[in-house]
Amino acid sequence: METNENMPEKGHLDLEAFREKVAGQGGKKYWRSLEELADTPQFQQFLEDEFPNRSTLMQINRRDMLKFMGASIALAGLAGCRSVFLPVDKIVPYVKAPEELVYGKPLYYASAVTLGGYATGVLVEQHEGRPIKLEGNPDHPASLGALDSMSQAQILNLYDPDRAENVMDQGNISTWELFNAAVQTALTAQKAKKGAGVRLLTGAVTSPTQAGLIGKFMAMYPAAKWHVYEPAGLGNAFEGAALAFGKPVSTHYDFTKAKVIVSLDGDFLNPAEFPGSLKYARDFADGRRVQGKSGTMNRLYAFESMPGLTGSVADHRWPVKPSEVQSVAGYIASKLGVAGATGVLPKGVSATEVDLLVKDLKDSSGASIVVTGPNQPPQVHALTNAINAALTTMTGKIQIPAVSYTEPIEANVVAGTHSIQHLADDLKGGGVDLLLMLGGNPVYDAPADVMFGDALAKAKVAVHLTSHENETSAACGWILPQTHELEEWGDARAFDGTVNIIQPTIAPLFEGRSAIEVLAGLLGSPAGGYDLVRATWLPKMGVEPEKGWRKAIHDGWVANTQAAPVSPGAAKAPVLPTFPNTGLEISFRTDPTIYDGRFANNGWLQELPKPLTKLTWDNAAILSPSTAASLGLLQDEVIHLSHGGRTVVATTFIMPGHSNDCVTVNLGYGRTRGGSVACVGTDPETGEWDPKRWEDDGGGFNASALRTTHNMCFGFGAEIKKSDYQLDGLASTQGHSPLDDSRIHDERDVIRDFTYTNFISHLDERAKKDEEHHKEFEENNLFPDKVFEWDGPQWGMTIDMNTCIGCNACVTACQAENNIPVVGKVQVKKHREMHWLRIDRYYSEPEAVREDPNTIASPERNPLAGENPDITWQPMMCVHCESAPCEPVCPVGATVHSHEGLNQMVYNRCVGTRYCSNNCPYRVRRYNFLNFSDNQPNFSINTTPWSQRKIPGVLHEPKHQGIELLKMVNNPDVTVRGRGIMEKCSYCVQRINDARIESKKDGREIREGEIVTACQQACPTKTIIFGNIADENSAVAKMRKDPRSYLVLEEVGTRPRTSHLAKLRNPNPGIEALRRAAAPQPMEEKA
Amino acid sequence: MAQIFKPSANSIAQLSLLGAAIVPLTVGLGVAALSRSPANTKVDVPLNQPVPFSHEHHVSQLGLDCRYCHTTVEKSSYPGVPPTETCMSCHSQIWTNSPLLEPVRQSYETGTPIKWNQVNKLPSFVFFNHSIHVNRGINCNTCHGPVENMNITWKGNSFQMAWCLQCHRAPERYLKEDPQAVADGLSPRQQVFNLYIKYQKNNIHGLDEREKQLLKGEDASSDDPHDKAAGEALVKKFGVKKQQLADCWICHH
Repeated sequence: METNENMPEKGHLDLEAFREKVAGQGGKKYWRSLEELADTPQFQQFLEDEFPNRSTLMQINRRDMLKFMGASIALAGLAGCRSVFLPVDKIVPYVKAPEELVYGKPLYYASAVTLGGYATGVLVEQHEGRPIKLEGNPDHPASLGALDSMSQAQILNLYDPDRAENVMDQGNISTWELFNAAVQTALTAQKAKKGAGVRLLTGAVTSPTQAGLIGKFMAMYPAAKWHVYEPAGLGNAFEGAALAFGKPVSTHYDFTKAKVIVSLDGDFLNPAEFPGSLKYARDFADGRRVQGKSGTMNRLYAFESMPGLTGSVADHRWPVKPSEVQSVAGYIASKLGVAGATGVLPKGVSATEVDLLVKDLKDSSGASIVVTGPNQPPQVHALTNAINAALTTMTGKIQIPAVSYTEPIEANVVAGTHSIQHLADDLKGGGVDLLLMLGGNPVYDAPADVMFGDALAKAKVAVHLTSHENETSAACGWILPQTHELEEWGDARAFDGTVNIIQPTIAPLFEGRSAIEVLAGLLGSPAGGYDLVRATWLPKMGVEPEKGWRKAIHDGWVANTQAAPVSPGAAKAPVLPTFPNTGLEISFRTDPTIYDGRFANNGWLQELPKPLTKLTWDNAAILSPSTAASLGLLQDEVIHLSHGGRTVVATTFIMPGHSNDCVTVNLGYGRTRGGSVACVGTDPETGEWDPKRWEDDGGGFNASALRTTHNMCFGFGAEIKKSDYQLDGLASTQGHSPLDDSRIHDERDVIRDFTYTNFISHLDERAKKDEEHHKEFEENNLFPDKVFEWDGPQWGMTIDMNTCIGCNACVTACQAENNIPVVGKVQVKKHREMHWLRIDRYYSEPEAVREDPNTIASPERNPLAGENPDITWQPMMCVHCESAPCEPVCPVGATVHSHEGLNQMVYNRCVGTRYCSNNCPYRVRRYNFLNFSDNQPNFSINTTPWSQRKIPGVLHEPKHQGIELLKMVNNPDVTVRGRGIMEKCSYCVQRINDARIESKKDGREIREGEIVTACQQACPTKTIIFGNIADENSAVAKMRKDPRSYLVLEEVGTRPRTSHLAKLRNPNPGIEALRRAAAPQPMEEKA
Repeated sequence: MAQIFKPSANSIAQLSLLGAAIVPLTVGLGVAALSRSPANTKVDVPLNQPVPFSHEHHVSQLGLDCRYCHTTVEKSSYPGVPPTETCMSCHSQIWTNSPLLEPVRQSYETGTPIKWNQVNKLPSFVFFNHSIHVNRGINCNTCHGPVENMNITWKGNSFQMAWCLQCHRAPERYLKEDPQAVADGLSPRQQVFNLYIKYQKNNIHGLDEREKQLLKGEDASSDDPHDKAAGEALVKKFGVKKQQLADCWICHH
């Protein structure tokens, strides 16, 4: 591509050039980043060189080279004599061994982890008393065996060396006894006033025990007030229900029944927005599973601003600004005959198309769901409730509607930001003598106009129970260390109301206590968490309470505690608010990895590429290509972003599929206190944002600083000004490890996707073609047909791209299972991220456009190319090629094949030539450039080592024990790799070996389904299937023979053991026909 | 100008050529020898422990079964090192005042574990599973040497990879059955421990040659065609897939 010379420097994508490429001749069918599509020099470099910008041998002088070689040879010999020099290791057995423990075998305990108050049932894998992994509880209604990445990563928080360790009184170490004495004195003084000067602040509370204790506390101090603030809670949904039905209710969806789903900015597959997302994802995927020719597909329409997980798998997707969603809702409601509803469709949304959507909804009424999300105002929720009510009453044929309502799951439902506002007002008025905050971080995440930091300073005594000493703790006299959920007894309710018992799996590592224990202390009757939870539940356990209690602990949840369904009656259509709708709109979303910032100190989540942007370590100002172009902004440009008179420094990120005239920012970044990982971008001396640190280490900007009480979800009149910072900003992995299908213009497939109708109608034709293709390939192949003539099991995997929602659960599961280190932003920029499993996100133009060469041919005819592309998710890890290109190039035989068909990577043989990764067409091999596992805090090699840095905030000194503590999370069944070692997906061979040994001891074959890989286990949609492909009856063998099954880059002749199954879309035939007809006609015909 | 090099320089030059050949070779062989010597492998080097526990006394003289202390050896990868409680199950009754047992009593009273010195150690990238070996009738002594005769425990074998592969490449040379035990209905797993029971009853009388070798801590493999045929039969019976045993990921992952 000759235009390369005219391209701007790295990172700055020229949108005009991109437009030409996307619409131009020879444009790619599938592309992962705008850079790839535009074929920028940066992308060319990615393609040529696996690790761009590295040093070459030319940069090392000859003498140094010889010295290193000499030293290496000498030391290599001595490495075999380790025992001569190293001290003897110790064996430390128990004094009294616990019951049920078999050394070397993990125990699993049912428990729960919560997010925003809502619980998901988990099984905690514990080795000799050390929890190392969280897995979904297959029997739990909110988990069904799957677990999202945020919940899984909470195991790392347990061993976080930055956790609050001690009770702190005005910056001095104190004790719980002293605290209880002090707080009792303060409370006694309040007795006369009935507690009028006492305020309690919590997050969303679903725990019956905690709610009960708070109830007792309020009874004791009737004039005290309980405030609730959740920076990203479900307040809007409750307020909307109150508008529609006159009382707040929790809404539940049954996607198993859904044939047609319309998402009005309702990202119901996203765990950060819907507490029941794992269950919803399973049901949604079950509704579109296709095997062979059989299966039905539900249809999903999505209206959303920033592409989310739901939009990414939608059959039709319209980018609309958050404020425009209500107009769409109004329009749909009016067409469905909801009384009083009106709405004018926003620009870019065709009324004919939406009419077809409405018809679709009507045709399957009772089996259709309209869902909206927590970022929409209460009125939209109310309207959605009215729409669903209209759809349910439209027909009498469906007995149980797909949308149902229950009493609120939360104990104290508060709407929006009123509660925190009142608290701040009371504080400012000087009327608060004692403020008790159980968790949370309002100084950081409360709306900016509440000025909570200033208000907090007015509290006479402020107490903060917290897991980390954060921005809020810094302003509090008393800081109380909070136990991790794996260290405490507790209870919490799942999205459907099911009560979970949280049981500890390790004694508190520090001086922590749980929220309920602190509350008991406040009540003047300190008690242990076990007694408190037991006291709540034992009386409710029926005739045999002890038995019921034990069963509840064993199962992890109490049977039959789902919230009672309610029939809220007729839903009223609300009066929709009017928005100023001027200028640039700004949309605030929780971060898909670190949520509202509460997981900011979690390295796994910081480095987890965010599903759509593939960003790590940072948030960004996300814009559509058109908006960026009209504002004159390039990719990755540092800007000043202002809203409501407040300004932050942000970086642009151009997102295809984003709505125009809108900028999306994620919450949770720009932390100034809260741990060494959370504050990577902050100067510890000043506590200020530091451009250099930010460039190297990330940390993002604080989007909460732009949020106000009236603009919690979105706002108007945002401004963007270019800045003078010349920084090489974001670390996005979206262009990393590109699969090269461009050089040879044969049919090297990386991605296959079809519309469902097209797939069915061309099935035989395609099968025939594939067969011919295969035959031709076999004839040309020099190698024998069967590589593995062996009687044992042959492992293989299938990945059904049709059900993949790109949620990243598998990536974190792999990280936890296989001891994968965190490398830091600087290293990610050098393509050194270590994830064995990545989820590639491919864009493509819709089939209707793609298939017509005339349409794609010129920018004039396809002016919106790249604005709203289809998305296909492709999880990619080592595919265990039978004829693996990595194997013959290894000079030391460190990667060889096993008899069961695994491509083995032998760490202890590896000398680090990296020839194998250079030769891997799938780019799935990962290399330890540094000693990542041992140097976890050394996120940056450019700046001062962490051991010498001061950590911002009240963390007094670097945690020398930190690394030792973090090592506790390692899986003892997997080697921890050191520097200079290549690694890659092993199909979880430790689990295979374990199953093989157990089966041999029992004298039987390995059972189908006995081996479950970590990624397969975590997947909410059952996208990944693993098993023995030599057994024709196994699920994996059947999937492998499915007509949608294909081998990525089959033409290279690698014979992968992992096969992918083509993505299917189920567009509305009417809309599809309209779009085909509307597709710009070729120039010749016009002329 | 005087000559820089005297005639003797020729000899020095020639010798240095020889030296260049010999010195690296000697150093290399030296390192190789060192790495295989007990100085490195610690084979046959008794390792002092905080409590001078004698396997000989407890196993050969008192007849304790291996599994009394190493409880999980048949079930798990890890055989288990006994908790202090196990020691105290007897020593709260006998030798209650012995000064040698003071650390044990201390441990039990204070709840502080005894820190034993590790005798048998594998690198962290090796995953050895005791249970499957025991279930296949591989005797403890095959790897651990004559533990029943050790006063202070030492390491019986080097555990270097070549040593492991002797069996993993040719398991038939090592697998054996005791006909009497088979007749008594003992499984291969039970036969492992039956050997010590026989030994305890009749000392080494009544043991066959390979059993004697085992108890002496010698390599009890056999190349006798009859033994090998019996071994092959066992390989078949157990369903051991021989080629697979030497796959890298069987032990390293």
